[in-house]
Amino acid sequence: MKRLSLLVVLLSLLTLILSACGGEAQECPECPECPEAGECPECPECPAVAVVAAGGEILAAVKERGKVVCGSRTDLLGFGYLDEDGLNVGFDIDFCRAVATAVLGDPEAVEFVFLTAAERGPALQTGEIDLLSRNVTWTSSRDAQWGNFTVVLFYDGQGMIVRKDSGATTLDDLDGATVCVTTGTTTELNLADNFRGRGLDFSAVTFEDTASVYSAYEDGRCDAATSDKSQLAAIREGLAVPDDHYIMEVTMSKEPLTPAVPQGDDMWFDIVKTVAYTLINAEELGINSGNVDEMMTNDNPAIKRLLGVEGSFGQEDLGLDVDFAANVIRAVGNYGEIYDRYMGPDGDAFELPRGPNKLWTDGGLIYAPPLR
Amino acid sequence: MGSTVETAVRPPSYSGPVEWLRRNLVGTWYDTLLTLLSLWFVFVALRGLFAWAFFSANWEPVTGSLKLFALGQYPQEDMWRPGMIVLTVSFLMGVSWRVWGGTVRTFALALAVALGVVAALPVEMRLPLRLWFVANPALVGLGYLVGWSRVVRSRWVLLGWILSFVATIILLNGFKGVSWLPKVDTAMWGGLLLTFLLALVGIVASFPIGVLLALGRRSSLPVVKVFCVLFIELVRGVPLVTILFMGSIILPLFLPDGVRIDRVLRAMMAMTLFAAAYMAENVRGGLQAIPLGQVEAAKAVGLNGLQTMALIVLPQALRAVIPAIVGQFIALFMDTTLAVIIGLVELLGVGKAILNSKPEWLLLDTEVYVFIAALFWVFTYSMSYASRRLEAALGVGER
Repeated sequence: MKRLSLLVVLLSLLTLILSACGGEAQECPECPECPEAGECPECPECPAVAVVAAGGEILAAVKERGKVVCGSRTDLLGFGYLDEDGLNVGFDIDFCRAVATAVLGDPEAVEFVFLTAAERGPALQTGEIDLLSRNVTWTSSRDAQWGNFTVVLFYDGQGMIVRKDSGATTLDDLDGATVCVTTGTTTELNLADNFRGRGLDFSAVTFEDTASVYSAYEDGRCDAATSDKSQLAAIREGLAVPDDHYIMEVTMSKEPLTPAVPQGDDMWFDIVKTVAYTLINAEELGINSGNVDEMMTNDNPAIKRLLGVEGSFGQEDLGLDVDFAANVIRAVGNYGEIYDRYMGPDGDAFELPRGPNKLWTDGGLIYAPPLR
Repeated sequence: MGSTVETAVRPPSYSGPVEWLRRNLVGTWYDTLLTLLSLWFVFVALRGLFAWAFFSANWEPVTGSLKLFALGQYPQEDMWRPGMIVLTVSFLMGVSWRVWGGTVRTFALALAVALGVVAALPVEMRLPLRLWFVANPALVGLGYLVGWSRVVRSRWVLLGWILSFVATIILLNGFKGVSWLPKVDTAMWGGLLLTFLLALVGIVASFPIGVLLALGRRSSLPVVKVFCVLFIELVRGVPLVTILFMGSIILPLFLPDGVRIDRVLRAMMAMTLFAAAYMAENVRGGLQAIPLGQVEAAKAVGLNGLQTMALIVLPQALRAVIPAIVGQFIALFMDTTLAVIIGLVELLGVGKAILNSKPEWLLLDTEVYVFIAALFWVFTYSMSYASRRLEAALGVGER
């Protein structure tokens, strides 16, 4: 008897210890003051997931924490990867840093949470992360289930890589070809759709992971390989002789890569969108990290407004500093600078012509509402 | 009877390796043929492997990312912390070598020699790092000398190890707002460091929980018994991947809004619970092996229930299942790679990240994965070697 009660005590102690080191529990928002005594509505101790109020909670939590929790990754060259010192870099990572700079004034005030593809949705739904910037394609069902998708920052699409000596330039040239593809992904489905839609014959050679797909392609086990164009551009540079390979002009799917935020906090949604618009408008207006301080004295009212020198575009309503845009541009640069840093002609990761990701003024799709 | 007893002829004993070779490899014409064929196969296979490893493989992703493999993204300016931990381990290894001897000696020497050799390598290395490599063998030696002193007893060494484990976690984690020991987010823990931590926490925490569960399962209190049986059978009935996914994706859905449990901690908890259920069954096997007479004898000399368990039954039971327990620890160590599917950047995750850090490295997955496999082999083989020596020292297989 004695022994057993000791056991029970020990067991419960263990559980206590385990739960006590369970990370930092945050304070629940306080209940609103009661208008009249006696009529106070029952105040739940902590609001449940579905009852997140209309705005400001995430911003308040971020400011209290001193960090933006950003869902990201370490294993996609160009978007979210590690540099030689093991620091997080990439197109998606820089957007996390831009948001952190806007809200907290410090591009380093980011807590990265590395997510696998399966975890992206739940991490948003549970509010574990403040921002998902991890190479996510915006689709209607994800928008309905996961959270709110903000602004498309990268227009990707599925492409096809072939050997130049095959002479193939369009999908129709690939009738009867064998195509290497990762198994169980939308990539595989898109491949089938596109070929069947054109009445073309093909056989797919499927692999579990990307590296195997391209090793097989390089070994000549298939005539072509398919995945998102940004990835094809990276892979092409990893092949033994990049110039022997050609990425077709064809785009087999729409992959608008978009940062997303949890549902139910409109203010945070607006803040993240505004940061994205700021990056795009800054490029449009010619403000970059090199000239941002000179631009302060520029006469163009749109520039003055963006930099917070004169007028306002709603910074106060969003709880942001008047000059947050200037800080963001100083820290990470404008949209074009971020793109070029990783995928421009001298980019750190690989070279990918901007194509649809040019500004609308240059014939691309990147467009932002005016900041005013 | 009258007839002489036929004495069995004692088979001639082998005299030396040459005799053994002659007898076994070229004894008959078909033995010779088989030997030649096998040699040819080994030659062809190894030639391919050697040619690949030394001439065609590109080891750049491995040699260029050793820090990432070792520590993941742990901040450069805080690298002294894991460094301190290894130094502490070196010192304790030295002390244990003197106090415990046996297998520990092999490991202490292996550690000192390995790090000493790295320190002497003629490669480019920053001076503090080289000094650190030199300091480790020195500390093993110092520990050995300290171990000579009469004050150092076995239990103090054990206490030292336990304290160093606690200190490790505290040192790695740091504190929020303390300037000389700032908090390092667990997302920055990675590589071998994280692999070790996951395994170590799993091993250390699952052991007591497993023993308690095993005792609970044999309890006469129905509530305790049912709880333990349910827990053990439930956990053993699902794969570790499922439990990790539960911890990573489903658990947060049940937590109150705003409560976040650290991801690394969630993985540790999942692995601990998983290992504890298996540990419980191993320990139960040991408990069942103890004859009832032992308990009766303990009662007869006036020991109470707790004393019987702690002094008579458990020591014998645990000793009987050492091979099973170590086997399970090895499995747990290798299971840490599953954490990659919940986004942790442990050894395998670091490998994936390194492959994706440069376009030239994207297709060098064979080299990176072979390196990781070799690392795993070194550690798991050391563990099973230690377990064999421990069994021999305790005489487990001999009764």
